[in-house]
Amino acid sequence: MNVTIVDYKSGNISSVINSFKEVAKDKVTIGVTSDLNKIKSSDKVVLPGQGSFKSCVDALNKIKGLTDTLNEFAIANKKPLLGICVGLQMFADIGYEETETKGLGWISGKVSKIDNQNGKFKLPHIGWNQINIVKDSKIFKDIENNSHMYFVHSYEFVPEDKNVISATTDYSSNIVCSVEKENIFGTQFHPEKSDRIGLKIIDNFINL
Amino acid sequence: MLKNRIIPCLDVKNGRVVKGINFVSLKDAGDPVEQAEIYSDGGADEICFLDITASNENRDTIYDVVEKTSKKCFVPLTVGGGVRSIEDINKLLNCGADKVSINTAAVENPKVVIDSSKKFGSQCIVVAIDAKKNGDKWEVFTHGGRNNSGIDALEYAEQMEKNGAGELLVTSMDRDGTQVGYDIDLMSKISSKVNIPVIASGGVGNLDHLVDGIKLGKASAVLAASIFHYGKHSVKEAKDYLDSKGIPVRI
Repeated sequence: MNVTIVDYKSGNISSVINSFKEVAKDKVTIGVTSDLNKIKSSDKVVLPGQGSFKSCVDALNKIKGLTDTLNEFAIANKKPLLGICVGLQMFADIGYEETETKGLGWISGKVSKIDNQNGKFKLPHIGWNQINIVKDSKIFKDIENNSHMYFVHSYEFVPEDKNVISATTDYSSNIVCSVEKENIFGTQFHPEKSDRIGLKIIDNFINL
Repeated sequence: MLKNRIIPCLDVKNGRVVKGINFVSLKDAGDPVEQAEIYSDGGADEICFLDITASNENRDTIYDVVEKTSKKCFVPLTVGGGVRSIEDINKLLNCGADKVSINTAAVENPKVVIDSSKKFGSQCIVVAIDAKKNGDKWEVFTHGGRNNSGIDALEYAEQMEKNGAGELLVTSMDRDGTQVGYDIDLMSKISSKVNIPVIASGGVGNLDHLVDGIKLGKASAVLAASIFHYGKHSVKEAKDYLDSKGIPVRI
């Protein structure tokens, strides 16, 4: 089996690479590429994302054919894909960071700024917060409810269909922090930085 | 709910730990990778390396340390010391650092913070403020505390938030190394002034100081070096103590 981490030149993905390689050991091949053919022939794809919604979407669009390839992979062929942080946010129709930007439109909804309640809550939401698992998700196998995950973000994904939500976290309100829609998975937190418990989520995805 | 973070910091010089934990079980007490692993296994919420290498020819040693550590520790890794340019930041992030802390360069050239937070995202840009009290205000120092910029620390903190810093690492130079506790006044004033998280640093001598930094200093995270050196306290002890005082921590 091979898992491809999409390298679309947006932000720092070395921690994602390190964590997947740690979990995969020699059993699974971890590729890091923006090569369309390699992505097409992968069994699973990881879509990381750091920086702003706009900068990530712009970076995706800069690589000719990449969005189409991802659409084909996740929507037409229904192969497993995991979005991390802004990678998850890009599933939305639209994002409002910097300026209004169109997302991939895989899961209807928008990405808007976390309500900091007039400065009561600091942004970015940085650090370890507990996840409240609201739906069985394949990537949460052997993950206890209320486990701590590492977060760093100022924007949240608000999906229209609440049934896609697999976990939320409490920061000023119940923020969506994990989604599962058929073959599409996403975490707002960083499993690659969430210690052993985060690696377990990565392991679950690899073993889907 | 969001937990307060405990961040052990290791001073690294020429690729070797200065002071450090020094457990008998350590194979090599000077190996930063091994020490970072002990912290990480002990429940550290993040790890911080401060590169204090003086000579330019040995600067590259930190990249090797970061690369090795990031393959073993799966909690966020912050690296500071001698970070001057976008290129330095890029190199550290590529080696596996999750955040980079910028000190002198942020004072001398504000563009570094503006440009790097745009390029890499605010989440990985920490601005380190070394502040020293002068009368009823604090001034920002650079070059490892050698030069006084004369800039007001509170105004500077606000400016850095505007420029795109994701967090502020605030060190009281009056308290650093004294082990008498954080400068609570400084921490709480800066924390109230900005909307981004503040990491308190400088002066921790016992576990109560960590409690004060969070409760009174309003810091989101507490950074400490020497209380973890030579096994005086483990990260786990620190967390259990904070927990016993009603501070939310990840246990």
